[in-house]
Amino acid sequence: MKTLRIEELSKNFGSTEVLRKINLEIDEGNFLVLLGPSGCGKSTLLNIIAGLETINEGNVHIDDYNVSKVEPKDRNIAMVFQSYALYPSMNVRENMIFGLKQAKVSKEKIEEQLEKVSRFLQVDALLERKPSQLSGGQRQRVAIGRALVREPRIFLFDEPLSNLDAKLRVEMRREIKKLHQQLKTTVVYVTHDQTEAMSLGTNIAIMNHGVIQQNDTPENIYNKPSNTFVADFIGSPSMNLIKGNLKESSNKISFIANGSNVEIPINGYNFNEKSNLNNKEVFFGIRPEHIFFKKSNESDFEITLKADLSEYIGHEQIMTFDYENQEVLAKFPSTIKIELAKNTNLFFDLTQISLFDAKTEERI
Amino acid sequence: MQDKLQASYKQLEMKSKYTNMFLRWFLYFALILFALYFIFPLYVMVVTSLKTMEEIRQGTLLTWPSGFNFNSWAVAWGGRGYGAGDTFLRPYFWNSFKMVVPAVFFSTFIGAMTGYVLTKWRFKGDQWVFLFLLFGCFIPFQAILLPMARTLGVLGISNSIIGLVLVHTVYGIPFTTLFFRNYYISVPTELVKAARIDGAGFFKIFFKILLPISAPIIVVTVIWQFTQIWNDFLFGSTFSFGKAAPIQVALNNMVLSSTSVKEYNVDMASAIIAGIPTLIVYVLAGKYFIRGLTSGAVKG
Repeated sequence: MKTLRIEELSKNFGSTEVLRKINLEIDEGNFLVLLGPSGCGKSTLLNIIAGLETINEGNVHIDDYNVSKVEPKDRNIAMVFQSYALYPSMNVRENMIFGLKQAKVSKEKIEEQLEKVSRFLQVDALLERKPSQLSGGQRQRVAIGRALVREPRIFLFDEPLSNLDAKLRVEMRREIKKLHQQLKTTVVYVTHDQTEAMSLGTNIAIMNHGVIQQNDTPENIYNKPSNTFVADFIGSPSMNLIKGNLKESSNKISFIANGSNVEIPINGYNFNEKSNLNNKEVFFGIRPEHIFFKKSNESDFEITLKADLSEYIGHEQIMTFDYENQEVLAKFPSTIKIELAKNTNLFFDLTQISLFDAKTEERI
Repeated sequence: MQDKLQASYKQLEMKSKYTNMFLRWFLYFALILFALYFIFPLYVMVVTSLKTMEEIRQGTLLTWPSGFNFNSWAVAWGGRGYGAGDTFLRPYFWNSFKMVVPAVFFSTFIGAMTGYVLTKWRFKGDQWVFLFLLFGCFIPFQAILLPMARTLGVLGISNSIIGLVLVHTVYGIPFTTLFFRNYYISVPTELVKAARIDGAGFFKIFFKILLPISAPIIVVTVIWQFTQIWNDFLFGSTFSFGKAAPIQVALNNMVLSSTSVKEYNVDMASAIIAGIPTLIVYVLAGKYFIRGLTSGAVKG
């Protein structure tokens, strides 16, 4: 039994297709992050799971019940919003118990829940305050509390940390992680922040243009992006995608960048399908953090490039190199001194590369 | 060199100081002038209403009254005591109240509801509904007098307070809707979503979540509607006469139908009485009016 199952779900706003044939499953206790640029349909998908938006095609199942036409309040879900959406005229207590009162839960049970949750979230001292008298972090906590008291099957979070300042955001991120570890409830979490997604999710579904690009563990998303969009979206700076061709001769496969005559041997690469590789146009993907200034592995490939630009950002520096008129970024500790406009020996860690078909932009 | 530079800076500093001072005094002067200009008619009205006819004939407009004589106020409010032809304001004053209170209440309430639907329960074509409602703000009221008279006739409520309540409610809705719609558009829709997940329905969300945070815009709307309806003469004079007339119509009748001598003191007293309720509303709620008009999003 899956806690949440979405089948072949499509959604249009007028003639604009917002979601296209979405399939998604979450096991009990998992933390799924929907990640993507703005306008990719992730919030719409969350609203559909909540029942706040209608569906054009497909179904949503919660605990194997088809809830596609069920009212939000009857779906056994709770949602935390970006703007907190605390009822301004009610104090914290009234905010937290509003849902239970609507559901006609007995007074004793309401009090019991309220006490448990408010103590757990350390908002028990704030119960009589109005939302306007709370700090951003406190409001966020109350919003989570309002969701918690309902003991839902699934928690939905809609960019809950976007309104907080940088420091508080990191704090609240850890609190949400802790919360999930303690309560082990199923969570669907929408964000456009990759750090949030990586640190919180047990699974990440990366979306673009209403389609799920890759739904995988954070490790696989980072190490084995399924297409150039994912490769580009995850990581900061994002993965270098060097355009070039493959060359296959007598069981040896190598990559040659456009305009270059250096053959990079990629025999160790784990191809999805090992056919028709000769002369194939590809993107050679390597992350800036997998380019080194000295040899660390036997398999590292040495290459000489010219440094164009250096960006110092404290604990590290981002260097831009020129590889036959293609930019290659590398991340080094800031203690390394590399002279600009001079040839430098670099080492590519070939165990960490990705290859993408230049036409389909899919991983090969 | 250094000293010279210092001196020229000093000079510039003094110059800007004098310019600022001059501008400030000019500003005060202009403001006082405007204030006098606006308060002058009120002064004349009050002073004249406290004079006897004898004094009015002998003095000028600005002359201070010899004593505070409230006789003309009593006449304006309660009449002279003879039967037919004695027009006085008291019954019409209450007519106006019986018209204004329900009309303000209903138009405000319906406007709030419509604004709520137009912003938080969007439906296909809602922007057209809003556009047509806005249209209602710009229709000259003279244009709808005849059809409205016919409607009131068909409904059997012509020449009645209820008829006027209906007219003012209907023609208030475009304005009240505009006010509430513009206010609610700044309220985050996530509030409504949260309430829906919490199990609140259409009316519960309106009464429990939105209305409690609508005080500023309610004040604005009530003031606006109260003033509009209380001061209305066109609808009152068209759709009512005799005993059912509101105060503005009665005031007009009183001032125009005086038989022999024009009693300026009674006329002035009547005009002030007719204007007092709106004055009170402004004095009591004026600061909320400004606050409500300028208030933006709800912090929550």
